[in-house]
Amino acid sequence: MSTWLRQHWQTFGLTLARLARNPVATLLNVIVIGVALALPLGGYMLLQNLGSVAQQLTGNPQISLFLARDADKADIAALEARLKQMAGVRTLRFISREQALEGLKRSENLSDVVSALQTNPLPDAFVIESAGGAAELEQLEAQLRALPKIAHVQLDSAWVKRLDSLLELGRMAVLILATLLACGLVAVTFNTIRLQILTQKDEIEVSKLIGATDSFIRRPFFHLGFIQGGLGGLAALAIVYLCMLILNRSILELARLYGSDFRLSFFGLSDCLALLGFAALLGWLGAYMSVSRHLSGIEPR
Amino acid sequence: MISFNQVRKSYRGGHEALCELSFTIESGEMVFITGRSGAGKSTLLKLIPAIERPTSGTVLVSGQNIGSMRAAAVPFLRRNLGLIFQDQKLLNDRSVFDNVMLPLAFTGHAHKDAARRARAALDKVGLLDREKANPITLSGGEQQRLCIARAVVNRPSILLADEPTANLDSSSAAEVVDMFRSFNQVGVTVLIATHDEGMVQRLNPRVLKLKEGRLEP
Repeated sequence: MSTWLRQHWQTFGLTLARLARNPVATLLNVIVIGVALALPLGGYMLLQNLGSVAQQLTGNPQISLFLARDADKADIAALEARLKQMAGVRTLRFISREQALEGLKRSENLSDVVSALQTNPLPDAFVIESAGGAAELEQLEAQLRALPKIAHVQLDSAWVKRLDSLLELGRMAVLILATLLACGLVAVTFNTIRLQILTQKDEIEVSKLIGATDSFIRRPFFHLGFIQGGLGGLAALAIVYLCMLILNRSILELARLYGSDFRLSFFGLSDCLALLGFAALLGWLGAYMSVSRHLSGIEPR
Repeated sequence: MISFNQVRKSYRGGHEALCELSFTIESGEMVFITGRSGAGKSTLLKLIPAIERPTSGTVLVSGQNIGSMRAAAVPFLRRNLGLIFQDQKLLNDRSVFDNVMLPLAFTGHAHKDAARRARAALDKVGLLDREKANPITLSGGEQQRLCIARAVVNRPSILLADEPTANLDSSSAAEVVDMFRSFNQVGVTVLIATHDEGMVQRLNPRVLKLKEGRLEP
């Protein structure tokens, strides 16, 4: 076990040294992988940010419940009791027709119109905040319609649904992009390892002749693919982070005009580590495929 | 130690390199294989480390049957053999020292231990002061000695050399042969393929003479 670990450690060091000996080639490979990964990664970051904004906007979807004109105090009390017991109703607020009129009077543009009115045309209303998502909201709406003394139920979920499906579309696009570019990463590594095997053909041949096992000969190439993939992942994170910093300058400006302090936020540590692991794993996969394909061809004669 | 029994080796296309070859080499022997180019010397040597497999007959090395050996077992067979190749196969992308370190990389030696062994091997062939040099800058004789150091660094019990004195001047060749003799004196079985009749006559060792793939009596 300690021998196995030591050999891996030695191979790791040798592989790093080999990469450092060809800094230009290494850098180019890392940039290719980094850019390829940065595209879906950047898209994912934007989606995540948009998603959290949408969450804030639609976090408390409201349903307005307008009562029939002939509803009296007893009806209202009965209704209130029933609403309080319904699942999906998180908060309940009663706005009487007098309160509603007062509200209208306070709004600047309408005060003249309102004071010209002879009678109060407004109905009593309940404003309900729901806890559930779009589907539960609709279910709740149907239940509310079935209640007595209800004139109208107003649900503002259509645009929430539209945003949701738009975000879903974006997620799908990012997923497809990520899959394609992951294949690209595997292909890039495949080719790098193929070239590396060709450059080290003599060494591989001699090693086989003097008693190296296949797993020993394969090991450095696995390490190479793994390290290169990981470095590519690191490059992708750096690229996306830089882009975010640049974009945030403009976004902050824009958001300030709207009285918001919205800005793009970066991935958490666990997301970053997951990406690095994923990139390294893809590099390893490319190396595995390349080694399986090309190493058996080198047999000393 | 090494035993050939009715060994035949034919290559694709029907060329028969070895034919009905039977002989035994005991542990600690020093044997020369002679014959003209194409007589089958290299093929014979390649059968022992399982670089080639016999078409028929059996090749036994330290009791192991080469013909039926699994591919996964071959590296462990080769670690017990010291191989000196006709085309040397030195790696010019690394130093003399690192060339000798190569066989120790996969036997699980700690670096310090491996370095000590590599220097001991280089010392034995008189190249210790050239350990940082690139093999390409060495003279022909020095390159051949480096091959020997790489072959013996794992302390093999059998040493196989294919034309080790080809392309060497007579004094370098004599040095190389003396080295083989000193390894043989400490118990290593040595097998040398050569067409250098002068060397054979000088040493008067056991000789297997090959002609067109068969042993000449």
